[in-house]
Amino acid sequence: MNAHPDHHIIVAPDDDGIARGETLMEVKNVSLAFGGVKAITDISFDVRKGEIRAIIGPNGAGKTSMLNVINGFYTPQVGTITFRGQERRAMKPHHAVRQGIARTFQNVALFKGMSTLDNIMAGRSVLMKRSIGWQMLWHGPALAEEIEHREKVEEIIDFLEIEHIRRTPVGKLPYGLQKRVELGRALAMEPSLLLLDEPMAGMNLEEKEDMSRFILDVNQQRGTTIALIEHDMGVVMDLSDRVVVLDYGKKIADGPPDEVKNNQAVIDAYLGVPH
Amino acid sequence: MAEAQTLPDTFPKYLLRNAEMFGTRPAMRHKDRGIWQSWTWSQQRDEIRDFATGLAGLGLKHGDKVAIIGANRPKLYWAVCAVQSLGGVPVPVYADAVADELAYVVSHADVRFAVVQDQEQVDKLNSFADRLTSLRAVIYDEPRGLVDYDKRALHDFEDVQEMGRRAQMADRQAATRWEEAIRNGSGEDVSIMLYTSGTTGRSKGVMLKAKNAVKAAQDTVTFDRLTEKDSVLAYLPLAWVGDHYLNYAQGYVAGFCMACPESGQTVAQDLRELAPTFYFAPPRVFEGLLTSITIRMEDAGKFKQRIYRHYIEVARKYGEAILEGRSVPASARASYAIGEILVYGPLKNVLGLSNIRVAYTAGEAIGSDLFSFFRALGVNLKQLYGQTEAFLYVTCQKDGEVRSDTVGPPAPNVDIRISDDGEVQFRSPGMFSGYYLEEEKTAETMTPDGYVKTGDAGFFDTDGQLKIIDRAKDVGKLSSGALFAPKYLENMLKFFPNIKEAVAFGDGREFATAFINIDLQAVGNWAERNNIAYASYQELAGHPLVYEMIAQNVEDTNRRLSAEPMMAAAQVRRFLILHKELDADDGELTRTQKVRRAFVADRYAPLIEALYDGSDVRFVETEVTYEDGRKGRISANVKIVDAPVFGAAQPVREAAE
Repeated sequence: MNAHPDHHIIVAPDDDGIARGETLMEVKNVSLAFGGVKAITDISFDVRKGEIRAIIGPNGAGKTSMLNVINGFYTPQVGTITFRGQERRAMKPHHAVRQGIARTFQNVALFKGMSTLDNIMAGRSVLMKRSIGWQMLWHGPALAEEIEHREKVEEIIDFLEIEHIRRTPVGKLPYGLQKRVELGRALAMEPSLLLLDEPMAGMNLEEKEDMSRFILDVNQQRGTTIALIEHDMGVVMDLSDRVVVLDYGKKIADGPPDEVKNNQAVIDAYLGVPH
Repeated sequence: MAEAQTLPDTFPKYLLRNAEMFGTRPAMRHKDRGIWQSWTWSQQRDEIRDFATGLAGLGLKHGDKVAIIGANRPKLYWAVCAVQSLGGVPVPVYADAVADELAYVVSHADVRFAVVQDQEQVDKLNSFADRLTSLRAVIYDEPRGLVDYDKRALHDFEDVQEMGRRAQMADRQAATRWEEAIRNGSGEDVSIMLYTSGTTGRSKGVMLKAKNAVKAAQDTVTFDRLTEKDSVLAYLPLAWVGDHYLNYAQGYVAGFCMACPESGQTVAQDLRELAPTFYFAPPRVFEGLLTSITIRMEDAGKFKQRIYRHYIEVARKYGEAILEGRSVPASARASYAIGEILVYGPLKNVLGLSNIRVAYTAGEAIGSDLFSFFRALGVNLKQLYGQTEAFLYVTCQKDGEVRSDTVGPPAPNVDIRISDDGEVQFRSPGMFSGYYLEEEKTAETMTPDGYVKTGDAGFFDTDGQLKIIDRAKDVGKLSSGALFAPKYLENMLKFFPNIKEAVAFGDGREFATAFINIDLQAVGNWAERNNIAYASYQELAGHPLVYEMIAQNVEDTNRRLSAEPMMAAAQVRRFLILHKELDADDGELTRTQKVRRAFVADRYAPLIEALYDGSDVRFVETEVTYEDGRKGRISANVKIVDAPVFGAAQPVREAAE
């Protein structure tokens, strides 16, 4: 049979020995300040394996800073982050990538001149094992490796329904599709934790619906744990299992969407009650 | 004749025959994960057998209806044949139908099983679960998003095949029995039920018997000399008669390979990669291709533009003659051959038309320039006229006898007549056996002596080719009793690039007149080139030079009409250019951009009056709806212009003088 199985689903690497529902990452008493500006003050929360965890809050609440801390881009002055049972303080983003954390950006950060395919392939580079010498020869083991990675990339292309733009330079694509390609690149790393920084920002209703469906599918089918920052409250409440609410760098609520929605502190924060 | 009797009379019989005769030849291709996957006829038979056995295990019985909903996917086509092999009736449904329409068809057809593409279709069916009482199980192709669904009545296509394989392992005779049942299958069974799209009222289920469907396909396969070496790209809706006929029915009868695109949006790319030999597209697709070629050539360098223009001109002069094998001077042939290397070949290659042996277009009128353009490039583009009730073909053009303004002589073994009131009626091998559960409507559509009424008005031209002029109910008469076919006039006018829309009047009047909408893009371009300043559509529409240009178009139309005995009386004597574009927001067009003639006539009654009372100008004020829903009024003094009329015999007399 030359028809290859149509539905194998890639599952996130399960070598960390953490069962679904157990803590994958824990943020403990983290504080971050830039000079006198306190971006994050004493925040603690956890992300459980297999869930969709949302971090919300009004503008300037410290959401992106929080993501950057998780990602290793900022090092908090106080507090610890435990990921897959390993505690760490200072870390570089590429270490985060090796540990299985991938992210997308609020403002799309793709290689504009490269095709969709190449952008997603770039996401695989961290998993490629052949030396640069082999890669340059592009023969033998390097070629075999390329084919293997290309297969995974094609699965992602199929998954995100972007076959028609496979060869299109991403700079030419509409914003909604660029966001989808960026998600594809993050997925290509086969992360165990996927960080999404405002995945719906600047999208129209239809694009938001599509993106929501993809996020749910990634979570359900690939078993990827997702932590997302989002402005659109409707989206957050529909998608996520648990929500952390930040306001002025502090945590003001944490729990399931329904509970958070009715929390007075959250309502005040969003409606702008003076502090 | 002896051979004719042994020919299969159902599609599953053809499946078995093809698996034997063309076992190692490709039957199906599908681009998946960026790579073309293919299945040979014998592999296809196995896939279908496994699925059919699985379906039987789920309780599918002879006569059960099975809805097939989704895009062009191998598994959905296999489902069609699998259902037929068990004596069931596949009922393809348009994948983009809204849930309510879908539910109507599924419940009207008493569907017991549904084979669908993905979560979207499952959700649509689920949302009407209470209405779909006869639906026993749904089978899906793509599992994405369906993880958490209740799986009691929901199965993965591959799981059903696996069930079938297990059943065959448990009972070694199962496969033989399946083939035996196919061989004993009757051509009298309904092969497929196709729901008409239903522009008026609810859609109706057109039942087609296997032997009729097969016979029709055999005739056209012979007519176009299709063989197992041909190939097609199946990209039109599964539920449309054209897709089922051209790809499935002809594919099984001829044994050729059908390819399914990677997705709806990759069709152009997939077409280029495959370069099929048989191709069908509605006129608007060809129009889109020509537009994109023109735009891209305008962006090309001067040198390339000159080469392109030169050789397109050569093709225009000699291309069709060469295609039809008529005699052409040797120098022209040589020039065309160079053009083939420099322009036509690469162009056809980019469009995926390199290997086309037979291409058809149908559905609406096609402009002669557009039609000739593709034929001149060497694409054997022809026209056909068909209906779901005929299982597609009613007429089709023979190679070498092709014209843009007719749809051809009757297809093989089709009997056509024109009723006294001008309606086209036919009897054909592929004729339907009735509308499902609607005997009254079936009776309305059939004549007592067994012809099908098409609802289209038409006539046979002098060379025996049928010309469709309009829907029969829209055709009227001038007060002199001469035929007045508004759509025919409008189409002729609309073939001019400057004219975007036309509305013809004349039923019960002394002569024909027309409203005209200019094409803002085409006329705007022209204005720019000629330094004509304008601030709005209204201003441009009223410009004297624009009137002159349109008058020329109307005059040309009249000259053409005068050459047609049936139409000569309905030349456009007076016309005006409307001061605003007809718009769906104002109710003047339908959402599919068709003119609502009665509504327009009512709304612009003063203008029609002016067309007939001889005035030169008329003030008119109309309410318009802006895109954001606000209302406004625009008013204008609209000029009315007389157009020259040609007598049918006049050109001859002129020549004699």
